[in-house]
Amino acid sequence: MSEAMQTEPPMRKGLGSDSGRLQRAPLLTRALRRPELGALSGVILIYAVFLVVAGSSGMFTVEGIVNILSVAAEIGIIAAAAALLMIAGEFDLSIGSMIGFAGIIIGLGTTVYGLPLSISILVALVACGAIGAANGYLTVKTGLPSFIVTLASMLVLRGLAIAVTRYTAGYTQISKITESDPDSSAIALFGGDVGQGIFRWMAEAGWIATKANGLPIVEGVPVSVLWWVGLTAIATWVLLRTSFGNWIFAVGGDSVAARNVGVPVNRVKIVLFVLTAVSAVLFAATQITEVGSADTLRGTMKEFDAIIAVVIGGTLLTGGYGSAIGALLGALIYGTVQIGILYTGIDSDLFKVFLGLMVLMAVLFNNYVRRRATQER
Amino acid sequence: MSPIIELKGVHKSFGTVVALQDLSFAVHAGEVHCLLGDNGAGKSTLIKILAGVHAPSKGDYLIDGQKVHMTSPRQALDRGIGTVYQDLAMIPLLSVTRNFFLGREPKKGWGSFARFDVGNADRIVVKELADIGIDVRDPSQAVGTLSGGERQCLAIARAVYFGARVLILDEPTSALGVHQAAMVLKYVAQARNRGLGVIFISHNIHHAYTIADRFTLLNRGRSKGTFLKSEITRDEVLHVMAGGEDLRQLEAEIGQLSARRA
Repeated sequence: MSEAMQTEPPMRKGLGSDSGRLQRAPLLTRALRRPELGALSGVILIYAVFLVVAGSSGMFTVEGIVNILSVAAEIGIIAAAAALLMIAGEFDLSIGSMIGFAGIIIGLGTTVYGLPLSISILVALVACGAIGAANGYLTVKTGLPSFIVTLASMLVLRGLAIAVTRYTAGYTQISKITESDPDSSAIALFGGDVGQGIFRWMAEAGWIATKANGLPIVEGVPVSVLWWVGLTAIATWVLLRTSFGNWIFAVGGDSVAARNVGVPVNRVKIVLFVLTAVSAVLFAATQITEVGSADTLRGTMKEFDAIIAVVIGGTLLTGGYGSAIGALLGALIYGTVQIGILYTGIDSDLFKVFLGLMVLMAVLFNNYVRRRATQER
Repeated sequence: MSPIIELKGVHKSFGTVVALQDLSFAVHAGEVHCLLGDNGAGKSTLIKILAGVHAPSKGDYLIDGQKVHMTSPRQALDRGIGTVYQDLAMIPLLSVTRNFFLGREPKKGWGSFARFDVGNADRIVVKELADIGIDVRDPSQAVGTLSGGERQCLAIARAVYFGARVLILDEPTSALGVHQAAMVLKYVAQARNRGLGVIFISHNIHHAYTIADRFTLLNRGRSKGTFLKSEITRDEVLHVMAGGEDLRQLEAEIGQLSARRA
């Protein structure tokens, strides 16, 4: 094919393509094309502000940072999956209820049915994965907005969680879950700390505060932080370096066009709904192994926290554009503001006000970036 | 020389609506066959039959002289029939490279670890586009940043790269300015010279007459005949397209209205 080309007289350059007039896009334009840019500048700005107003308050001690990271990690785990789904142009409002529901499965499985903790978590993964698939299947088959479909499952799951728990256990909280299976490897896998050695060494060196017995106040970085960073890395790799990632962008950008060139649009969406459900189970597992109990109301409003992190991270609400790294930064901003505000002496009720304004700013910025990114040049 | 694709006595009806009647149509390698007709003449149905979206209700579809029965666009694609639809099947927010390879991403590595070989894909796209005189500054820029003509050429280049021997172009110049349309027409001529068969659907007689080697005129689901360019003048084509008698009557009526105003 290309050999035949060379026998052709080359087409005169410049006609239509205007190649002579344009050079490589300047650095700023290329940076503006990255969806994470807004979130990255947000992170820098917020840390600059907190350094000024709360620099000496203990927010930037190892303790403070570990606190920020554990809040960010929880949101970040579900945000990583939600980002992929939102890039594909769909929402999952059932994430929060799914967290509560998964917690109930894990709790009842371990305390009432006497299953090992790790098996209960596995059961929750399968059950919630199936519900996620049902969310996806209903969305693609009915053609209804996923906003409505998952709004329904949000209510159904929350109601079921409360009803089932009250019926089986008699109340809506399940305690002593980890105590029922204290040697489970699941506790270390989801709820442990990492880097205890380094933290002890830092305590001895006097860098972090210690308890009366000489152990550091914070014993290590919660393992959920590793889950968060690991999941974001995998999501980013999938998005940027696999066919499936390319399909995710395409499905969100224009599902009709994607279908025309042979992308299995429905399969992509269903897989992503399963992933958000699985991320909710992961959230529930880290929380339960950390605190030892489950509650039917756990995870309430978490779906919005995930969406907030994703949107602050530069993903378009309409799909087709976004990043998992952006969602990580969005979750970091969320955690930083929520914890940081406690150190500033500002009324912490104002946290939601800041968050709301930040979302508004992020969406305006994202729209501007999208216009830039697709402007005819 | 036998045609690459040929329809013989094709009928197509949807319920009680007859979209095509007794239609015969052929495309040879190395020629541009222009399909002309007013809205509702059956152009879209014809394209969809050729592209494998619909199967004819009656009559034969032959590829390389062999009778075929196709039920999906994928099968047509595998036989080398590439269709570039009006909406281009391009995703504006997605990069040039990602659009080009969408659904057929080149892989690197093995097994389940095979990954999208972005570097190689970028190189292929830049080369393929440079070959047709489009200089993409940056293959990772969004398709939305390309001009209409560049986008059209990219869609055609994609079909050619993935092995099309016959190109079906649905109104490829209709949304473009003069300059952009010229770019697309040049590229179509280039593709023809490389031995591809091109089916060119257009409303624009100037574009059609410039590029076509052969015309088929459709009216109300029937063929009004196939003509070589040497057999028919631009005015005759226009006359048939515009519905001949209808147009003369319209001219007369408007003449009366204008006279009344004066």
